[in-house]
Amino acid sequence: MSGLSKGSIARFENVGLRYGLGPEVLQDVTFSLAPGSFHFLVGESGAGKSSLLKLMYLALKPSRGLISLFGSDIATTPRPKFPALRCKIGVVFQEFRLLGHLSTFDNVALPLRVAGIKEADVTRHVTELLEWVGLKDHMKSRPPTLSGGQQQRVSIARAVIARPKLLLADEPTGNVDDTMALRLMHLFEELNRLGTTIVVATHNMALVDRLGHPVMRLDEGSLSMIAGSGNKSPAREWRESRESVQAVVPPRRTRIDDDLDDADPPGIENFL
Amino acid sequence: MLGIKRSDLPLDNDAHSRFLPWLIAFMVFLAVLAIGGILVLNATAARWDQGVGGTLTVQIAATEDPARDQNNLQEVLNVIAAASGIERYVIIEEEHMMTLLEPWLGSSANVNDLPLPKLIDVGLADEAQFDLKDFTRTLQARVPDATVDDHRIWLQRLVNLIRTVEFIAMAILVFIALATMGTVIFTTRTGLSIHKEAIEVLHLIGAQDSYIAGQFAARAMMLGLKGGLIGMALGLPALYLVGSLAESLEEAALPDLSFGPIEWAIFAIIPLCVAGLAMTTARSTVLRSLARML
Ligand SMILES: Nc1ncnc2c1ncn2[C@@H]1O[C@H](COP(=O)(O)OP(=O)(O)OP(=O)(O)O)[C@@H](O)[C@H]1O
Ligand SMILES: [Mg+2]
Repeated sequence: MSGLSKGSIARFENVGLRYGLGPEVLQDVTFSLAPGSFHFLVGESGAGKSSLLKLMYLALKPSRGLISLFGSDIATTPRPKFPALRCKIGVVFQEFRLLGHLSTFDNVALPLRVAGIKEADVTRHVTELLEWVGLKDHMKSRPPTLSGGQQQRVSIARAVIARPKLLLADEPTGNVDDTMALRLMHLFEELNRLGTTIVVATHNMALVDRLGHPVMRLDEGSLSMIAGSGNKSPAREWRESRESVQAVVPPRRTRIDDDLDDADPPGIENFL
Repeated sequence: MLGIKRSDLPLDNDAHSRFLPWLIAFMVFLAVLAIGGILVLNATAARWDQGVGGTLTVQIAATEDPARDQNNLQEVLNVIAAASGIERYVIIEEEHMMTLLEPWLGSSANVNDLPLPKLIDVGLADEAQFDLKDFTRTLQARVPDATVDDHRIWLQRLVNLIRTVEFIAMAILVFIALATMGTVIFTTRTGLSIHKEAIEVLHLIGAQDSYIAGQFAARAMMLGLKGGLIGMALGLPALYLVGSLAESLEEAALPDLSFGPIEWAIFAIIPLCVAGLAMTTARSTVLRSLARML
């Protein structure tokens, strides 16, 4: 076990979660995310995907078990240290949670401003990223006036703008078409290539199959790990240390780069 | 940095905080009057304390016998001359006494027939050096018709009264400050619950409590400053009005309502103090309630 914790970004040990006096929605969840890994988190609706992510972005405390993030046990981490941990985590919320009174630009700028970045740099980074996610013409719009897919992209932009060490995306492609979904996943993979550890909760099995990253599967609150088919699978240690519970045969990873390379505006490399 | 020019929370649009400047203005209005009162009373008490404290009056009752009166006067003057610590003395002239008595007796009265006492106004050089008991005893022994009127008892009561009123005014100021704080706390708490969702998002993005508190504090400071200035704009003319009404009475005993630079400076910092009070109150309110969040 101790081998797992070494240098892991997030580590759960026998974590249980219940809301109030209700039943446990997560039971004995144990896993560890290696730095630079990319996982999909799947499971039926109500299986506990969002709950698991909430534990990881410190919106909830577990009812039992141990959670450690970036090497610090959150049960013993004093509350004033939480902001520093959260700054390293980017979150795409399932329900977006954009601030309705702020413009698209200001919403995306929020993590940088909270971190005290100079306004000139904020403007540059935010403009570049919004351009890249195709929202250049909506920088001044308020989120309530945007379509669901546009709001989703704003929330993704906000999650990645500060180059988080850990990116948690809850159903980040639920409201966009397949081309945009792939494009956004490509953005995630770029971030991942540059070192960000990524967990994407999704119902889109086609996307999971296509990208071939290892899968964390939640089944009525229990977690099982399934190795990915991708050649850059960082979850090899999981394959070795845990038996794969279910024999889901992951399909080959297809090349998506061809579809997307031409579409990239030049700004993204500067941003990343 | 504290978001004075830019706020992530839509605090400016909160309907519930619009009444805050007016409430604060009312508080400041009351505070200006209370402070004006304190300053006036303080100055008056100080003046009386030293102004009349250093004097006493020797009174020689008139007798039927002019020769005895004359003798009494001479004897009193001798005692005064012998006592130490006396700076000056003046025999109050009869004409002056007439003018003092005129309002009560009328100018037509034949006051010359009245047995007027002789009054000697004595100024003390140094109260510590002057022994009132000894002086009174000697005087009574040598001139039984003379009495010493020490203003101190009467004055002490007056000064005590002033100090009590002053204390009440101070207490009113404290209540005003507490009421202001209570209003700010209430407004801030309401703001916190209205913007709960946005605050949670800010938190999850990694904002420190102080970042969020700073936005509330900046907002409260602006509202406090606005209220403070409105309150001043209403309070100072009111104070001036009271002052000019008092002056028109032309009564020397009334307190002096003209303020010096120090007093004006005190008034000038009231809005700043209120703004500071509102700011720190909002800040600590936010910090306290955020500490209960995860
Ligand atoms: N705030 C809450 N209070 C009580 N129960 C909750 C709360 N949030 C979630 N639950 C319960 O926890 C379980 C898991 O919910 P969760 O949102 O984690 O599922 P999910 O896997 O994200 O589902 P979906 O795919 O629909 O988003 C559900 O049974 C849900 O009813
Ligand atoms: Mg969910």
